[in-house]
Amino acid sequence: MRRLAFLGSILALALTGCPSSNTGTATATATPAPVEEPFIKVGQFVSLTGGTATFGQSTDRGVQLALTEINAAGGVLGKPIKVLTEDTQSKPEEAKTSVLKLIKQDHVVALIGEIASSRTLAAAPEAQRSKVPLITPGSTNPEVTAKGDFIFRICFIDPVQGQVMARFAAQDLKLMKAAILTDVKNDYSVGLAKYFKEEYVKLGGKIVAEESYSENDKEFKAQLTSIKGKSPDILIIPGYYTEVGMIANQSRELGMKQIMLGGDGWDSEMTAKIGGKAIEGSYYTNHYATDDPNPVVQEFITKYKAAYGGQTPDAMAALGYDTMRLTADAIKRAGSTDGDKLRQAIQDTKDFPGVTGSITIDKDRNATKPITVLKIVNGEYKLAKTIAP
Amino acid sequence: MATFVQQLINGVAWGSVYALIALGYTMVYGVLRMINFAHGDVVMVGAMFGLWLAGLCGAVAGPEFTGSFTAFLIVLPVSMAFCALVGIAIEQLAYRPLRRSPRIAVLITAIGVSFLLEYGGQAVLGATPRAFPRLVGGTTWTFFEQTTVLEDGSMHFSSLVISSIDLIIVSVSLALMLALQFIVFGTKIGKAMRAVAFSHDAARLMGINVDRIITFTFGLGSALAAAAGVLLAIKVQSAEPLMGLMPGLKAFVAAVLGGIGNIPGAVVGGLVLGVAETMVAGYLSSTYKDAIAFVVLILILLFKPSGLFGTPQVEKV
Repeated sequence: MRRLAFLGSILALALTGCPSSNTGTATATATPAPVEEPFIKVGQFVSLTGGTATFGQSTDRGVQLALTEINAAGGVLGKPIKVLTEDTQSKPEEAKTSVLKLIKQDHVVALIGEIASSRTLAAAPEAQRSKVPLITPGSTNPEVTAKGDFIFRICFIDPVQGQVMARFAAQDLKLMKAAILTDVKNDYSVGLAKYFKEEYVKLGGKIVAEESYSENDKEFKAQLTSIKGKSPDILIIPGYYTEVGMIANQSRELGMKQIMLGGDGWDSEMTAKIGGKAIEGSYYTNHYATDDPNPVVQEFITKYKAAYGGQTPDAMAALGYDTMRLTADAIKRAGSTDGDKLRQAIQDTKDFPGVTGSITIDKDRNATKPITVLKIVNGEYKLAKTIAP
Repeated sequence: MATFVQQLINGVAWGSVYALIALGYTMVYGVLRMINFAHGDVVMVGAMFGLWLAGLCGAVAGPEFTGSFTAFLIVLPVSMAFCALVGIAIEQLAYRPLRRSPRIAVLITAIGVSFLLEYGGQAVLGATPRAFPRLVGGTTWTFFEQTTVLEDGSMHFSSLVISSIDLIIVSVSLALMLALQFIVFGTKIGKAMRAVAFSHDAARLMGINVDRIITFTFGLGSALAAAAGVLLAIKVQSAEPLMGLMPGLKAFVAAVLGGIGNIPGAVVGGLVLGVAETMVAGYLSSTYKDAIAFVVLILILLFKPSGLFGTPQVEKV
């Protein structure tokens, strides 16, 4: 008997999707779903663990913050929203399984998910097939939304980000000899490197070295030594925060003094923590800046800090927050949770006032918005420039 | 030329880490004829414990102390001692009960222990990499500095740089290898280890407590793994639960390359592999780096199954 009760409690936990823990105490007591749902279910698949865990954890915090606000204001269509969270463990195959579970088992009306492009790419075909709108907070590879008309994003795309990086390097920093170090196992990194190169060469810049590494590598000195021999003015690292800090340190150990430039994959406190002094003075392009004077941004930061013990939100948190609010707004505008109607409502989004800038969804289901360039100063990320696409 | 020498230095520093790990594989194989696949994960345990200890040092003696060489002198031996105990515990709990079982059972248990440490580590410590303090400072020494102006007017710098981190990795590895060589060939317990490696039964007849020697070997191997873990974590300035997986596998390749069971062989194997990987990544492409390591393994097994320094052995029937 006791065993049965135990099984029951596990089942209840599983059904309420507990991993996200923030709403855990509130939802864990809910009984298994009755026929008429008392809430609107939105699925979230993010990397709460694994190599890029801070991406997923930040996104989730942003989503939960927005969710609390939406439900405090009465929810949408007269019902509160419930977010069911699945952990992708930073693996593409897990992303696909998570999405299948959210669609088939939990019957969610919309999906929020994944920062990493390779994981959203793995999951998107399932959402498209089942006609469940999917909004990715941070996958910037252009392929993602090309997977189908149910796949949207609220962030900029890599061609634009790559162009901005190239323009910043060539026109603002006036550094015309670049070396690129790409993560070859990562769709995002390969794409960003390609777009950077195209624009940089167009602006008269020269790529003196192109080297690569693979996700989870720890030793980069071989590649860096080759790069050093070519004496570039700037080092372009379109990778993730997990490796950037190590690359920075090892380049300094080899006596290289070049500053580094990267994309939004750098946006985690780990970049400055692991990189330390070596990463000082480097730049990266991002979705928003915490020292942006815009009141929308500052209000979000204040609320976030209050909710999460004084933690400063990174871009993924801001994107998660915007995605949740936009999803709720779209459900409200659609007046229904029907897949096609919801899809149309998301498609019609115009000038949505997000923390990460005003969001308008274009015909390719991408968001057009300005890009900020941040500089790492004393371990903090400071707004250096805002560049319109 | 400077680039080539630099690559060589990079390779030797990286290979030293492999060599330290490979020594543990080789010793355990020597006395037990088993591959301890959990060895790479003991490396991780060493690094994680070192991280905790460095944090503790910082909390007790102030954050300045964390970055000092004194902290390194505390963290390294204490982590080694801790991992020696972990290694002994693994042997007592997981491998000793299987002493009389077929070898395949022990091998599978070793893989099980490896997974337990990896994913148990993820569950307890979280999967996010943690920043590891720079215990030995970040000094670099530059040699042969040269600035040439190219035809197009751009400047070209070249120099040879040795960092304190790499220097310490190589010297600590070297010191530990010499110490190990001394223990095995210059002490009574080393003699007993060699006897056990030759034959368990014969050693027992000579009055050697075989179980105690095996325990000692595990402790020694795990201590070396911990040293490798701390050095590796200092080198890459981060630690995470899966950090021992790839280095562990590569070190296994290094041990086989040098002739498994052979101590100088493990060192040479580690260095060869480290230099080979660095050269491949530096002059070809990093994509082939891991592939090369395993191609080396396959070639060695094809042409010299006993490894570079190993002596061919006739399987006893």
